[in-house]
Amino acid sequence: MKEMNVEIVPQIELGKVYETLSHPESGGICVFVGTVREFTKGEQVVSLEFEAYEQMALKEMQKIADTASEKWKLDRVLLQHAVGVKSVAEPVVVVGASSAHREACFAACRFLIDTLKEKVPIWKKEFFKNKSVWVSAHP
Amino acid sequence: MEVLLFGIAKDIVGASVLAMESFEKRPDTVKELKQELERSFPDFGKLSSLAIAVNSEYAEEGTQLRSGDEIAIIPPVSGG
Repeated sequence: MKEMNVEIVPQIELGKVYETLSHPESGGICVFVGTVREFTKGEQVVSLEFEAYEQMALKEMQKIADTASEKWKLDRVLLQHAVGVKSVAEPVVVVGASSAHREACFAACRFLIDTLKEKVPIWKKEFFKNKSVWVSAHP
Repeated sequence: MEVLLFGIAKDIVGASVLAMESFEKRPDTVKELKQELERSFPDFGKLSSLAIAVNSEYAEEGTQLRSGDEIAIIPPVSGG
């Protein structure tokens, strides 16, 4: 049975990710963790703030998990995104998959994060010392 | 009938919801809503993209807006 974990959380708990993705039939788990980077184009970032249209974000994340499970033979799939204010080096997103062989979970993991960034209605504001910017808002 | 605003859309309008009745002409479709938004708030025209969600699904330009629908403005997403 396929188990999927799709959540929007105040805090990413990386310690629980292994337990959630672990499966007796899996020979590997692949996980991507997105974190707050200190510099954007040479400017020092103080913090990031994430806002989600939660109901729709969860729906879109579930669709991504479903599509990944159709494309690859996966045992478990996880997508979690944090909301609120996050400081430098803190985790803000985690995606992962487990599978019998590593090719499937590596490919799925890349698909999960790439599609999440493209489709899921979550917005990030970068706070610098003297200004703040909604990321990707303008060309 | 209200439109939900997120991210930079909230800053452009200066509120987190916008009443459909506030437009000069009440929009009947997604396309008309986008036109009315750009007319009332020209800063929407400067964004990299602008999508509309109806009942928490991305909607096509021709989608009709009916009373009772949950409508949201989706400025360029930047999660991850």
